[in-house]
Amino acid sequence: MTEKLAPRDQGVPDHRALLHPGMARNYGKWDYHERIRPGVLRYVAEGGESLYVVRAGSPRTMSPEVVEKICSIADRFCQGFLRFSMRTNVEFMVEKAEEVEPLIAAIKTELGFPIGGTGPSISNISHTQGWLHCNLPGTDAAGTVKALMDDLIADFENERFPNRVKITTSCCQINCGRHADIGVIVQHHHPPRISHNNMQICDLPKVVAICPTAAIRPKVVNGTPSVEVVEEKCMYCGACHGQCPSMEIRDADTDTLSIWVGGKGSNARGGPSLMKLAVWGLPNNPPRWPEVSDAVRRILEAYREGAKDWERVGEWIERIGWQRFFEKTGFPFTKYHIEDAPGAMWTYNRSTQVRI
Amino acid sequence: MAEKNGGQESEKTQLHTPLLDELDKGPWPSFVTDLKSWSKEKPVVAQLLNQLEDSYETRWNYWTGTVLNITGYGGGVIARLSDKADEYPDLAEFHTIRILPPAGFVYSTQRLRNLADICKRHGAGILQLHGLTGDILALGFSNEDTRAACEELMANGWDLGGSGAALRSLQCCVGQARCEMACFDTMKTTQYLTNHYISFVHRPEFMYKFKIKVSGCGNDCANAMIGSDMPIIGTWKGPMQIDQEKVAEFIDQKGVEHLIDNVITRCPTRCISLKGKELVVDHENCVRCMHCLNVMPKALKPGKEKGVTICLGAKRTLKIGDTMSSVIVPFMPLETEEDFKNLTDLIDRIWEFWNDHAMDHERIGEFIARVGLGTFIEGIGLEPDARMVSQTRTSPFIKFEELAPGRLEGERAQEPVVWNREPESTESSP
Repeated sequence: MTEKLAPRDQGVPDHRALLHPGMARNYGKWDYHERIRPGVLRYVAEGGESLYVVRAGSPRTMSPEVVEKICSIADRFCQGFLRFSMRTNVEFMVEKAEEVEPLIAAIKTELGFPIGGTGPSISNISHTQGWLHCNLPGTDAAGTVKALMDDLIADFENERFPNRVKITTSCCQINCGRHADIGVIVQHHHPPRISHNNMQICDLPKVVAICPTAAIRPKVVNGTPSVEVVEEKCMYCGACHGQCPSMEIRDADTDTLSIWVGGKGSNARGGPSLMKLAVWGLPNNPPRWPEVSDAVRRILEAYREGAKDWERVGEWIERIGWQRFFEKTGFPFTKYHIEDAPGAMWTYNRSTQVRI
Repeated sequence: MAEKNGGQESEKTQLHTPLLDELDKGPWPSFVTDLKSWSKEKPVVAQLLNQLEDSYETRWNYWTGTVLNITGYGGGVIARLSDKADEYPDLAEFHTIRILPPAGFVYSTQRLRNLADICKRHGAGILQLHGLTGDILALGFSNEDTRAACEELMANGWDLGGSGAALRSLQCCVGQARCEMACFDTMKTTQYLTNHYISFVHRPEFMYKFKIKVSGCGNDCANAMIGSDMPIIGTWKGPMQIDQEKVAEFIDQKGVEHLIDNVITRCPTRCISLKGKELVVDHENCVRCMHCLNVMPKALKPGKEKGVTICLGAKRTLKIGDTMSSVIVPFMPLETEEDFKNLTDLIDRIWEFWNDHAMDHERIGEFIARVGLGTFIEGIGLEPDARMVSQTRTSPFIKFEELAPGRLEGERAQEPVVWNREPESTESSP
């Protein structure tokens, strides 16, 4: 091993060399911003300079051909700089108002990316890796997002909701997609199927310890150390599957999708909140998952219709109550909507405040 | 190789994707269309799409996770082996490299081209900008390609991101680079902490993963509050800045009803009232939620003495259920070198106490839930602060150290200890 290694532990590339000149000049000296039109923001610096930001929805997964097209546009219009948003949008920046329209035209014709995702719109969907490259998924991610955004694109390109709507999808119950106004999650419905012949690849004490309901016990099977699962205790979460691939939690025939609503990270008004169950038992139906799109659309329409300005989905539901939420969306409220995790009693209606 | 495989083999590596073709349709940009076009350049991408097509048909996944490390690193490569390597030989080893992005996801085209060029020469060239972990994800490298790509990436000033029980790649909002709401320099903080703790990013040595996300204000565009073990959120001390002339302009433009409906009645602590065309704010009760600033960005600004609130504990469901972050340090400035030193001192204490006492696979939120916030802050040397809780306790069963220990210790000191003694006679002697 005389081969020379490249430098290690260099850390992040220095962002100061990668800022658009308009950002660099006015760093820390911004005065206010306004939304010129959906997808276009204008930031005004204390010294009076403007920076126009055009936000374009990307598919996140991109070939070098698409990356090159993005670079080419940024070279011609944006002095060779660009930015990606937290929700995988590409942001192109120009300093003059008259540069905005030609930039948008180039993005649309050369990249085919829609312009939007600002203000009270649906932003790009944060998603996970899915069948494309994860080792645990029960469904796809990029494809689900493509199908859903095809359906919702008009609400990406327009600002016509009471407040912003953030959507995430997750392809297993670990839920890497995180909380959002609307979240789509896979659910499993059986205890793990154990490959006893393949348990030597797993660290058995860790497999036992990781189970949140203590449903996994050591057991010798056919003379070799393995585990067994107490089926009554198992809640099909798949924690063991992440720990040990021989504990297969997925089932192509029975896994379903569910929709959760009302998550929010922002501290504005009521503060952050977790998302709660709205709809369960939707089929995992590639390539377009139409049942998911329909359900999301129903929730969005009810929200658009019923929420006050600035209310996020969760704040709207909190104000009108879950009974009205189910009435407005037409989905059934079932016994499965009632929490049974630790602390469940705090989620019951502990008052006589009832809409009758 | 291609010739040897010829005939039947090459048929399997030809694109055959009737289900995925459905995703060519529709107005949203399609990764399928893009990757199909790219597969003409990179045949391995055709195999990737064919395997994905198989997943669409069977609703089953064909990737197995494995481990691959680069010399000197304990993470950063998400290694995958295809279960269908017989059919798709080029997917036998098909790994993802996690690459640390610049803070705030800002790029020059020169750097972005450099990245894409290295990834396409060594691997499948597919980039994801960015993964939910905050990394640049580069897909499609064999074992050998992964090593070669990483060496070239590092020679070009890129570095690997975190994976496993490590400090994960930090993420931040655009911050002061482009936003008037940002109360501190989020990009600098992200860069500083990443580089200061770079060894913890590259060598997983914690009980489990630890994520830090950085947002310039309470709007939390970095999704830190629900998506990181340690959110660092911008805030300020003292009154917010109010430009009453712009308040009057707002009222003239939008009407007083709009102000009442969208600002005054929406304040979570009801600390705003109206006097003529002037906003009157009960600054002592403002909780920096940012709502009124969002509605009136020209008239209202954060206060002048800026800093951060530091929280701890968010994670998703597994295993004890969702946890949210809660306040650990209500306010600290984050500007000078000394401020940053205070922050890293705090992080050092948090990590030490957590890693000394947590169980395997226990995130910090789960750890705090198990030991209790009171025990935790004592462990990291912080005084209790009422701003850490939304209410005081409801359970009256408490081990008061001030009231109980003297007696307990006294009893322990006696011989034999109180609870081992024969019961004393209760009858009084005649």
